[in-house]
Amino acid sequence: MALDKPYQDIPGTIIFDAEQSRKGYWLNQFCMSLMQPDNRARFKADQRAYLNEWPMTEEQRQAVIDMDLNRAMQLGGNIYFLAKIGSTHGLSFQQMAGSMTGMSEVEYRAMMMAGGRSAEGNRYLGEDGDAQAHHQPQGQAGKKD
Amino acid sequence: MAKITASVFTSHVPAIGAAMDLGKTQEDYWKPLFAGYDFSKQWMKDNKPDVIFLVYNDHATAFSLDLIPTFAIGTAAEYTPADEGFGPRPVPKVQGHPLLASHIAHSVIQQDFDLTIVNKMDVDHGLTVPLSLMCGEKDPVKDAWPCPVIPFAVNVVQYPVPSGQRCFNLGKAIRKAVESYDEDLNVHIWGTGGMSHQLQGARAGLINRAWDNAWLDQMIADPAACAATPHIDYVREAGSEGIELVMWLIARGAMSDVPYDATDLEAARAHSVRVKHRFYHVPASNTAVGHLILENN
Repeated sequence: MALDKPYQDIPGTIIFDAEQSRKGYWLNQFCMSLMQPDNRARFKADQRAYLNEWPMTEEQRQAVIDMDLNRAMQLGGNIYFLAKIGSTHGLSFQQMAGSMTGMSEVEYRAMMMAGGRSAEGNRYLGEDGDAQAHHQPQGQAGKKD
Repeated sequence: MAKITASVFTSHVPAIGAAMDLGKTQEDYWKPLFAGYDFSKQWMKDNKPDVIFLVYNDHATAFSLDLIPTFAIGTAAEYTPADEGFGPRPVPKVQGHPLLASHIAHSVIQQDFDLTIVNKMDVDHGLTVPLSLMCGEKDPVKDAWPCPVIPFAVNVVQYPVPSGQRCFNLGKAIRKAVESYDEDLNVHIWGTGGMSHQLQGARAGLINRAWDNAWLDQMIADPAACAATPHIDYVREAGSEGIELVMWLIARGAMSDVPYDATDLEAARAHSVRVKHRFYHVPASNTAVGHLILENN
């Protein structure tokens, strides 16, 4: 019997369920290690060497080095765990969240100040809201000349 | 006997804690948010509880993927503010209430809720930011929080998280547990997290002011109907992290106007809740901040 996963038809959203959690176990546990100052220092001194100590996939390691949070989430990362990498680099949660939209920090902050992203067109895959795949990346980065 | 007299609901955004810790509360960005808690800080002084039962979620701090309890009750004497990756918040340690917490654990488990009992854990912004918002800035050494706190952590990180209905029913069981404690204690129950926010993916930054406020209206006036809101509605309408709102239903379910079961309908009908304060503000970082204080009549 298949499990009920009604949340797979929402654009720009990965729900961290047991399946994702299994994929991302070591990636997320690596993130947990960054709660200790000594580990943060070692990670910052040589990211590659520190990541090699963890039985993660090469793709997961690369996503961490690239700070590609969308990729890291696809590979089983959870945002609350991944946030610890951001904290280690001195990034705020807003900077991390914004980085996943393609918008610049200024653009993302302005969107939040203006009341945030609308749910209109962003509830189901296939609608025409700004979070849909065909509108990525967002902001100036997505402008065609 | 011990009695729950009020419930407090608030978002627990980490940036709010950082703004307080770094003295930024009077900056233009933050001022309107903190103004929404001026009433609440005075109310806390005028209605000082003996114990706060604080429902929150741990954000991959005390619980990694090694252990994921759905409901965890803290029965320790003391909890240290956690280092979440940028050093611990400079706030006082949190004193627990091991006697009442153990009593509630015993009673609630006998009411068929299988709680995890925690005697050692650090507490993250999910717990300390609501305390800061309601009690104001506190020196980590010279000051103390106004009363003991029982931390109650809910898994809203890994799906499936408990349903709103399950949380609401748990709130009823917590009220029953508190009311079976002999000592006269004034207990507040707090539900924290939410409101609409999404911290991930191309849909990051989602805010749904209309949905949030309609949900709040219903949670106040018809909590049983609100409890039936399915998970998917929270995710679709209020963002992937908006699911934290199920925790508010634990606090709401513990109020006296909610019947425990069919035998309790008359008693519950004799009660109502009074809205003492309601506040809503966008944005705090990525999040819509909602805040509510209810008192039992």
